Amino acid sequence: MSDRKVLQIQQISGHPGPIPGLGTQREPVVCKLIDTTTCIGCKACEVACVEWNDMPFQETTFDNTYQTMPDTTWNFWNLIKFNEHETEDGAVQWLMRKHQCMHCADPGCLRACPADGAIVQYTNGIVDFQQQYCIGCQFCVSGCPFNVPKFNNSTKKVYKCTLCSDRVGQGLEPACIKACPTGCLHFGTKEDMKALAETRVQQLQEHSGFKDAGVYDPETIGGTSVIYVLHDAKNPEMYGGLPAKPRIPPSFTVWKDIFKPLGLFASMMGLVGVVLHYVTQGPRRVQPQPPVKYEEGGIESKKGE
Amino acid sequence: MATRAEHFDRRPRPSNPIDQIGRTVVYEGELMRHRAYTRFLHWSYGIFFFLALLSGFGIYLPWIFAWFTPLFGGGAMTRLLHPWFGLGFVFFFGLQVLNWTSLMNWKPSDSKWMGRIRDYVTHRETMESEDVGFFNAGQKLMFWEIVIGSAVYLITGVIMWFPATFGRALVSISYVLHDISALIMLAGIFVHIYLSTFGEPGTIQAMTRGTVSEAWAWTHHPGWYRQLTGRDPYQSVEDARERLQEEPPQTDPTKAL
Repeated sequence: MSDRKVLQIQQISGHPGPIPGLGTQREPVVCKLIDTTTCIGCKACEVACVEWNDMPFQETTFDNTYQTMPDTTWNFWNLIKFNEHETEDGAVQWLMRKHQCMHCADPGCLRACPADGAIVQYTNGIVDFQQQYCIGCQFCVSGCPFNVPKFNNSTKKVYKCTLCSDRVGQGLEPACIKACPTGCLHFGTKEDMKALAETRVQQLQEHSGFKDAGVYDPETIGGTSVIYVLHDAKNPEMYGGLPAKPRIPPSFTVWKDIFKPLGLFASMMGLVGVVLHYVTQGPRRVQPQPPVKYEEGGIESKKGE
Repeated sequence: MATRAEHFDRRPRPSNPIDQIGRTVVYEGELMRHRAYTRFLHWSYGIFFFLALLSGFGIYLPWIFAWFTPLFGGGAMTRLLHPWFGLGFVFFFGLQVLNWTSLMNWKPSDSKWMGRIRDYVTHRETMESEDVGFFNAGQKLMFWEIVIGSAVYLITGVIMWFPATFGRALVSISYVLHDISALIMLAGIFVHIYLSTFGEPGTIQAMTRGTVSEAWAWTHHPGWYRQLTGRDPYQSVEDARERLQEEPPQTDPTKAL
């Protein structure tokens, strides 16, 4: 498969008018399934990501945990978050979650972005940054409910996980999937991955005693192309701040789509107002005005006569 | 002070052209209104306002992005320059605030003026009331709107300039406030430019040469006219009207006076 077939554009940031080529092809939505219950925290996916995307390694700090870095950075898109969670009965759960871009169906970054073409969403669900069009405003950082896009202060561009769109475009799985040794990571169509996740959830509920096990695929942003199987889907925050109900700030949806054009229209009424004033009332001249002949009462008195 | 009473330019004309910088030549029949410093500030923040407005416009709406951002060297350069244009505006306007604050105090007469604004707009009232001084209530309102607006501009602008420092929620609120402030100022600037050019002939001169005609002064700022010349503005109108009837002007009376 060529890039052209698989990476068909569905949405473009800051783009007026129709999307070129939208709807000419129908491709399945791809999805990455992360089964947190089988992750061993080996960090193979972290290394694979850095290797494949050819990003420079950077120094990290040791904080007495297995945490590679405190957070993702512009050149570190994939991070395992190691969370030690104490349950109600005093037992310790070691929750490991792979943190990267979630590739939302309704991406907050794309909504917030003012630059034409800087963020695109392909019809297969991948949300990709096109750094050559990025203007470095970092609105996407504020628009993302998962705190994913990271700014590079030297290039003034924003970077994040591409779901290996270059690999997927050639029919390959993302690098992290390729590297995972435990089968914790799966890649396929959204339907297949959801079915697989449901099977695993059922297994966890029926055989492993995780009554609250479930799939994380938040509907508040239209679902994501990265879904999780969690031991406790009712409490996703304990997995290193996975929001239970991720939301795009209303300022990037309501304000931008409705009130912005209305506001501009309203302020343009100022221009219309002054033109109307000039036409109907005329300029306000200095006194005394030159003596002019005019009829008392104007049109009204004419009617009376 | 900006209000300094200088009826005529009685000083000897400086021989060195350098010495003329910052001086305003006032001809007979004119009044000194804005000294060179005030005009310099006005043009400075005027230019920065439009640079900031146009560069911001590209980022404001997707369907003008392709038109406005190339004016400043592309999207990334527009994003880079916009905050600096804004700072330039705030800096020069801040100096003007210091220059003008005492003139912009809201007085009871201004509330009265606002109550009659309809008559002024429809020209039912051809002269301002006598208690209108250097600035009228409309100008004061415009001024304070820009003072508040640029404070909002500055605070929200800095938050959006360094989003990593201030966080997601603050940026998404700032984004809306910054835009609303810009929209109000945009609508205001239409009115401001209209009134200083087509709407009230003889006004633009105050910002080009710094002077206005006496007739302009007694028409639009009678209180200031009285303060400056010691003459009754209404009597001056009557005197001018008599002069007009004696020898009707060949040209536009606004320019003749």
